[in-house]
Amino acid sequence: MKPNTSFSNGSVAVEAKEMQVYYGSFRAVKDIALKIPTKHITALIGPSGCGKSTVLRSFNRMNDLVASARVEGQILYHGSNIYDTHVDPVEIRRRIGMVFQKPNPFSKTIYENVAWGARINGFKGNMDQLVEESLRQAALWDEVKDKLSQSGYSLSGGQQQRLCIARTIAVKPEIILMDEPTSALDPVATLRIEELIQELKKQYTIIIVTHNMQQAARASDYTAFFNMDGDRAGYLVEFDNTNELFTNPKNELTEQYITGRFG
Amino acid sequence: MLRETYTKELRHLQDEILRMGSEVEENLLKAVEALTKRDLALSEKLVQADKWFNQRRIDIGTEAFSIIATQQPMASDMRLIAASLEIAGELERIHDYVKGIGNISLMIGETAVPDPLTSHMPEMAEKTRFMLHRALDAFTERNAQLAFETIKGDDAVDKLYNKTYRAVMTYMAANADAFELAQRLEWAAHNLERAADRVTNICEWVIYLATGEYKQGKELLKSFENK
Ligand SMILES: Nc1ncnc2c1ncn2[C@@H]1O[C@H](COP(=O)(O)OP(=O)(O)O)[C@@H](O)[C@H]1O
Ligand SMILES: [Mg+2]
Repeated sequence: MKPNTSFSNGSVAVEAKEMQVYYGSFRAVKDIALKIPTKHITALIGPSGCGKSTVLRSFNRMNDLVASARVEGQILYHGSNIYDTHVDPVEIRRRIGMVFQKPNPFSKTIYENVAWGARINGFKGNMDQLVEESLRQAALWDEVKDKLSQSGYSLSGGQQQRLCIARTIAVKPEIILMDEPTSALDPVATLRIEELIQELKKQYTIIIVTHNMQQAARASDYTAFFNMDGDRAGYLVEFDNTNELFTNPKNELTEQYITGRFG
Repeated sequence: MLRETYTKELRHLQDEILRMGSEVEENLLKAVEALTKRDLALSEKLVQADKWFNQRRIDIGTEAFSIIATQQPMASDMRLIAASLEIAGELERIHDYVKGIGNISLMIGETAVPDPLTSHMPEMAEKTRFMLHRALDAFTERNAQLAFETIKGDDAVDKLYNKTYRAVMTYMAANADAFELAQRLEWAAHNLERAADRVTNICEWVIYLATGEYKQGKELLKSFENK
């Protein structure tokens, strides 16, 4: 049986087509064709260095911030390529938000951490309401409602990560990219983030990079497995719904990787 | 090799299934031998042996659960564990039929059994044993095709059962006083027929293990015809 590399039905939130990403002359990922299902959680897994973060960053032009990086091919979002010259990367990053590996709150109050993005986007509505709503969606409100004027740093690691999620949500994105969002957290905080993601997918499309296969298995709807070739360029091996990929992978490499017999 | 301990644990689980399976194979033949040759001591032994098979099933289950808890099996490893649990359950139930035949033999006691009523039973037992043997080979080899071929053997066992059933009916009509004896022997043949059905279930789990797809009956037939 031929491994799946795409899903067949349902709406596509964003799609990579024939994408290559270079750092200088080094091709980090090659020939990526990947459709991300709308309002579902898609996990990107694969060995370290295979280009998961590179692929993730290309979905909202974060790679633009790396001087040596160059993206070829297309990322289609609402019918057009986000790398077209007329597209504003700042607007793309508002609509496709990102949460990083290490929680990175600003050295501001909890309230300002959430309000900041909306403020610079010229938000004119009720800010208190937006902050509360975002913190509630990030499952943090009850823990911080009495100390909104304290520094974001006063929170625990898991709370800081939920604060960063609230900050991302506050600008009303469509897609949230997460790069190993729980790797700096303890197991309980990790599970809380995973639960939170399940709630968020009702409103947002989520793409999560994780080196933790169990996390991909428990917390995602679809999984994309990447590997790298002899030239060290990463490529997509198999994409399938998560149940299928973890119980009956079609590709031998996927099988070896998820059963822990890789390499 | 990566995950050597884990691989050994999975291997051990598989070996335990094979061991239990070959004991069941042997007892299937013995059950019919004891019944037809009126060896009550052997029947008694088989009835007693059933406890061991119940315990094997629990032990295999416990072993499988601890692998799940400690090793987070995925993909074909997970399917091996799922299939092993199911197969251990089927083997235990096949041995219930062995025990059932043993009990029937003990109930009949010293009475001689009329030949036409038992004449197909050795062949039924041997065919079922052979099916089980092939099912276990298919399990070891992850051989879906062999498992599928094995399922087809069930028809022959069904036919022999139907022959026995008719013989029983004829016998009852002619020997009203031996009604109870004939009924008991019909029940023994029915146990063998059910045992072969259980082997079919085992084959379906072997196919799941090998292909990742669980199918029964017509669905299963279709998927092999399309190949
Ligand atoms: N800023 C960069 N400059 C040069 N090479 C990079 C840069 N970022 C990543 N790489 C290289 O690209 C490859 C893919 O990296 P990355 O996307 O971080 O992989 P992953 O997230 O799967 O671990 C690696 O070989 C890495 O060394
Ligand atoms: Mg990375």
